[in-house]
Amino acid sequence: MTNAVKFSNVSMTFNEGKENQVHALSDIDLAIEPGEFVSLIGPSGCGKSTLLRLVGDLAVGTGGQVEVNGKPAHQARIDRDYGMVFQSATLLDWRKVLANVTLPLEIMGKGSAEREERGRAMLDLVQLSGFEDHYPWQLSGGMQQRVAIARALAFEPSLLLMDEPFGALDEMTRERMQSELLSIWHATETTVIFVTHSIPEAVFLSTKVIVMSPRPGRIVDVIDIDLGQPRTPDTREEPRFYELLTVVRESLRRVEH
Amino acid sequence: MTRLQNWVPAAVLFIGGLGVWEGIVRAFSIKGFILPAPSAIALAFTEEWSALRVAGFSTFATAIAGLAVGATLAVLAALAAARWTPVREGAMPLAIAANSTPIIVLAPIANSWFGLRSAWGTVLVVAVLVFFPIMINLVKGLLSAETSQLELLDSYAATDRSVLWKLRLPGALPYLFSALKVAAALSLIGAIVKEYFGGSQERLGQYITSKAGLFQFEEAWAAIVLASAFGILVYLTISIIERMAIPWHVSIRNV
Ligand SMILES: Nc1ncnc2c1ncn2[C@@H]1O[C@H](COP(=O)(O)OP(=O)(O)O)[C@@H](O)[C@H]1O
Ligand SMILES: [Mg+2]
Repeated sequence: MTNAVKFSNVSMTFNEGKENQVHALSDIDLAIEPGEFVSLIGPSGCGKSTLLRLVGDLAVGTGGQVEVNGKPAHQARIDRDYGMVFQSATLLDWRKVLANVTLPLEIMGKGSAEREERGRAMLDLVQLSGFEDHYPWQLSGGMQQRVAIARALAFEPSLLLMDEPFGALDEMTRERMQSELLSIWHATETTVIFVTHSIPEAVFLSTKVIVMSPRPGRIVDVIDIDLGQPRTPDTREEPRFYELLTVVRESLRRVEH
Repeated sequence: MTRLQNWVPAAVLFIGGLGVWEGIVRAFSIKGFILPAPSAIALAFTEEWSALRVAGFSTFATAIAGLAVGATLAVLAALAAARWTPVREGAMPLAIAANSTPIIVLAPIANSWFGLRSAWGTVLVVAVLVFFPIMINLVKGLLSAETSQLELLDSYAATDRSVLWKLRLPGALPYLFSALKVAAALSLIGAIVKEYFGGSQERLGQYITSKAGLFQFEEAWAAIVLASAFGILVYLTISIIERMAIPWHVSIRNV
């Protein structure tokens, strides 16, 4: 089976050869299977966003190869193989909620009936039916982020890239969104790469947690999260959940020194 | 209802201001050539209406034509400047420099190009006058798309054309409308001042200079009132279009 994502000896240096050179990523080897939910965790500035942007071909590495669905990352972007959710919702102010969700479909030249149908279905999936005609500024931060998720899912990409999507949310909203995301993941069978700096979030969501070292970012640990599926709020109470929190925390503590 | 109430303070101030003006002129017996009373201006306005109407509409039409020509060219130039970096780097410093010069000094020269009686000289002056502020603001607006928004469209492998139509242009509309409101006032000023330099009597600029030359200041003031009314009319028209075009913008959704 082709890997959903495959990094072979990838490195990334910004402003190479210049005074402000930053060695962001080094020796990244990584293979992600289709259907996995992988979290990236590591100290801030260790290159998590950069790694995600390499998958999305929004940045190009200075060494090695990134493949998505068995193709070079560039081709995967042209083929619209992935949907991206940024840290901020990045909604377009002038578009109402439904029009924001259908933006990618519009750019991909889909007909208006199909757009409308998909858009409504996606809003239903993120539990925002009834808000089609609201403007983004009329929504709370959590709702805006759900619109962004609906938008990323609208064209049914096989891969979902999420860069600290819940970073700005309060704890209660955050936990609800995590459960929602998992049920979407089950329903759509996409592969997810999820950047976070929250250990409980990484453990609760993932099938695998990847721990990265400070700059230059390297992969220091790949921790299998062997909690059962589906995860529920009760999962957070299980002894194994706490054990895994400790495993991730200790791994992180080791790399900080 | 609230709409109506919003106008009350302005209306009170306006009518009160006129009252004070009238009172001062009468109390100090101020001569008409220094400052005519509002009642005298109103009287002149009704008596001169047929001449004012002809001159006013002719100047107004010329100003609007100049605004339309200048704005169209400015939009095209801004699109080119936003699209091609060399064009932008070459043109923007010049545009900013030109925008700081008193372009109205072109007026007598335009007369020598097109002849005193032609309205085209005025159209040209107005077009040049409004071109620069509209172009500069629109370029600013077109370049104001955020990196994250551009990346979002990149992630969909969007074409340049999509980026322009779905992101850059909608985001630039607030800039365009605020420039248009400035340009609207500028177009009337430009047309009238250009007409000060000669031409047909049946235009507002010439009407004002000739009446002032004859010490008929009430009539000159009546023409100024008409010019103000046109200015307000254009401004309100643009505001209404703006309200319909960008209802999502902060400046509009809060009022
Ligand atoms: N476009 C860029 N130009 C220069 N340096 C960058 C750029 N993007 C990121 N960096 C640097 O690369 C490092 C990793 O950044 P990033 O991937 O954003 O980290 P993280 O998401 O893990 O916090 C940081 O030191 C950051 O300053
Ligand atoms: Mg980051």
